[in-house]
Amino acid sequence: MKVSMKVNGAERSGDVEPRVLLVDFLRTNLRQTGTHIGCDTTSCGACTVLLDGEPVKSCTLLTVQVDGRSITTVEGLAGGATLSPVQAGFHEEHGLQCGFCTPGMMLVGTALLDRNPNPTEDEIRWAISGNICRCTGYMNIVKAIQHAAKAKAATPVGAAAGGE
Amino acid sequence: MATATHIHGRIGQSIKRQEDARFLRGKGNYLDDHELPNMLHMAILRSPHAHARINSIDTAAASAMPGVIAVVTGEVMAQHKLAWMPTLSGDTQAVLATDKVRFQGQEVAAVIAETLYQAEDARDTIQVDYDVLPAVISPDGAKSASAPLIRDEKQGQKDNHIYHWESGDQAATQAAMAKAHRVIRLHTFYPRCHPAPLETCGCIADVNGATGKATIYMTSQAPHAIRTVFALVTGLPEQNIRVVSPDIGGGFGNKVPVYPGYVVATAASLLIGRPVKWVEDRSENLISTGFARDFHMTGDLAVDEDGKMTALRVHLDSDNGAFFSDAQPSKFRAGLFHIVTGSYDIPAAHVTADGYYTNKAPGGVAYRCSFRVTEASYLIERLVTNAAIELGIDQAEFRKKNFIQPEQFPYTSATGWVYDSGDYPKAMDVALEKLGYDELRKDVEARRKKGEVTGIGIASFTEVVGAGHGADFDILGLRMFDSAELRVHPTGKALLRMGVKSQGQGHETTFAQIVTEELGIPATDIAVEEGDTDTAPYGLGTYASRSTPVAGAATAMVARKLREKARKIAAHLLEAAEEDLAWETGRFYVKGSPEKAKTIQEIAFAAYTNLPEGLEAGLEGVHYYDPPNMTYPFGTYAVVVDIDKGTGQVKVKRMVAVDDCGIRINPMIVEGQIHGGLTEGFGIAFMELITFDADGNCIGSNFMDYLIPTAWETPRFETGETVTPSPHHPLGAKGVGESATVGSPAAYVNAVIDALSPYGITNIDMPVGPDKVWAALRSKGVTE
Repeated sequence: MKVSMKVNGAERSGDVEPRVLLVDFLRTNLRQTGTHIGCDTTSCGACTVLLDGEPVKSCTLLTVQVDGRSITTVEGLAGGATLSPVQAGFHEEHGLQCGFCTPGMMLVGTALLDRNPNPTEDEIRWAISGNICRCTGYMNIVKAIQHAAKAKAATPVGAAAGGE
Repeated sequence: MATATHIHGRIGQSIKRQEDARFLRGKGNYLDDHELPNMLHMAILRSPHAHARINSIDTAAASAMPGVIAVVTGEVMAQHKLAWMPTLSGDTQAVLATDKVRFQGQEVAAVIAETLYQAEDARDTIQVDYDVLPAVISPDGAKSASAPLIRDEKQGQKDNHIYHWESGDQAATQAAMAKAHRVIRLHTFYPRCHPAPLETCGCIADVNGATGKATIYMTSQAPHAIRTVFALVTGLPEQNIRVVSPDIGGGFGNKVPVYPGYVVATAASLLIGRPVKWVEDRSENLISTGFARDFHMTGDLAVDEDGKMTALRVHLDSDNGAFFSDAQPSKFRAGLFHIVTGSYDIPAAHVTADGYYTNKAPGGVAYRCSFRVTEASYLIERLVTNAAIELGIDQAEFRKKNFIQPEQFPYTSATGWVYDSGDYPKAMDVALEKLGYDELRKDVEARRKKGEVTGIGIASFTEVVGAGHGADFDILGLRMFDSAELRVHPTGKALLRMGVKSQGQGHETTFAQIVTEELGIPATDIAVEEGDTDTAPYGLGTYASRSTPVAGAATAMVARKLREKARKIAAHLLEAAEEDLAWETGRFYVKGSPEKAKTIQEIAFAAYTNLPEGLEAGLEGVHYYDPPNMTYPFGTYAVVVDIDKGTGQVKVKRMVAVDDCGIRINPMIVEGQIHGGLTEGFGIAFMELITFDADGNCIGSNFMDYLIPTAWETPRFETGETVTPSPHHPLGAKGVGESATVGSPAAYVNAVIDALSPYGITNIDMPVGPDKVWAALRSKGVTE
């Protein structure tokens, strides 16, 4: 089946079997390998992408389901060489170790801050509770998202890089 | 000099990680991200039964499916003498089953096809005719007279017993037990769990038919050792094998062993002449690869009238699964479990261990632990808290009374370990102070009077990490040294290559900082490379918290070698005698004339451009470091819990962790390691479980059943530190990656047991779920 969608702002299309998972389309057909596969059961969130701005798990979506829609992956977060506030927060607060869950965590953090610019710790923990991290123990991920919230608050609207 | 202290990245500075840049942009290079030209994909057919005889395997339909290139069975592997492979514990393991399947999830056949979807489609058409046999799912079952013989293919194997192993002094221990004022017994089961790194295991085998060169990309924590094992197993010349470990998405011990999939993919690539990729899915990872723990332990602690511990007797039944393929130093049958006397000055100890085959997955690995230290630490710390409760002594007080004292180091334990350094009372004091222990204790007593169920748990663990010394610690004869190769380029920038392999620990930052400390080259000017056996020096890999104790030491030593050469060059440049030069981080200067100086960058340039007569060009070196002893990190963890009488739900209110890992190279990274370990410890204590039904079906085969803590369950941690350097490590560092997984499970469970102790409850096996707590309370008539 022919599909087309916007991925990180660019029009992409493909011809896929109806059963092909979105994560496989992104990784294999588009060679965007920043979206990872961790569990196959929608439990771990390593495959999280944003679908029209909302976090979804791309291991449980068929590629054909997103025909005509807009996807953001980790590759779309930075504005050129400039890290988005969430990416910078993860670096500054040591919010990543092995890096495997990091794309999903950062996308969830980005979506959270888009709808709630000043979340409480509990709101952040709830937002990322669909994503598993085996390395960090989450405290620094929470700090990373708080760091990003502060940075966004301190930056005039429209000046922040990426994150769309 | 003022400048030296400001060099970016010296030891003790929490510099940001150098490896972050690619991970933050989704440009990490994990195994599954690799795509080689003409690459094929492999899917493995696994046994649905725990124990069954194979009558026949019909692959005809699969072979005819679209895109299928080959279907491999045990029979095919046997033609190449690869149906079985040796294990790291001196046993054999089936690569693809030929006679029987011995655990659910065992590898039976493999399909190689153009795409993964095609390989999986074809796999699902393979017909296997099985005769199902009774399954053995525990050591008790394995011992039973009616138990089926699992390893009937092994010459001379008459039952399901694998090994008997002892340590310590039986007679002295018995004598002390006989004289004891009290003997406190704890029987507890440390259940099977799984490291479950977020990235599963996998490989891409690429055997070049023209040159014979086999390049194997693999999620391996120990690529060099794997290369040698592959050479020995396959007979390929070792110079023709290149193992490349790319970025690894977490390991925690799961990525140490050699798995059947690696062997099949390599054989398939050799036979087909194209690269073959195999990546497990999550269920395959949980049901077939290296599990952890599964130890049934009984401890007897003898105490005299004054509350002093006089002897410890421990027996262990180990459930090793269908093949004895524990990843551990070859001389030890139950890993380093005999560190079980822990932080206490116990004059006599005796440990016995028996291993058993069962119809469960093989491959006991140390899930974030130095070869079974966490099981040992869990037993002694549980036993000590139970003893304190039974004797009516405060559990902190009881520990302090029995700690090995600071002046006793180096301390030889009753089972023969030589502890390098420690100050256990100090770590305990810092933890109690941070917790506000005395006040909290009063608060607990007051709340209990009101009928609340609340408690405090303490664990004062000691680890033994950083293997070797190579004379005692080897893997299949390979001494457990490690290595660092340092090249300082003419412009003063450097390349450091290591025999270890990061899985997220931040090696590209930490090891650069060691060079910064030793040579004064800023960390940002140093690239660290690991994992490619064609370029990195030989080493035994990253597990058992050995990277900093062993490879970190090698890094310091190679940098010091280069500094000595740099001194000769500096003397030439400054026209001074070598002995008249003094070193200050980043430069040599003439004693008494600090303005006459040459920086390390100037010296590096001269090493290629302006050398003294007779000196070899270049500023490069390699060091292989075989440590004189293990290191012994320690700490005290304290946990406060509230328990809901209506639901049995345990709420961790506080978690205070005071760690002493000696000198901290990058405190931010150390802290991150501790957070991670405390979380995995929390998971093990309360959530993570691989268990089996009576037929040997694995319960816990996906992330809906194998429960991993999310941000929502995970407690907030309060950390603290003391610093007792290792006297034998060149930097005084001890290693920290596993301390928190070793120390924390007992602290969490001790808090639950302390809370339940007023009702006479002395044990709940992990994971301490609400069902078990509620049932325990119910049995005492205290549920709401």
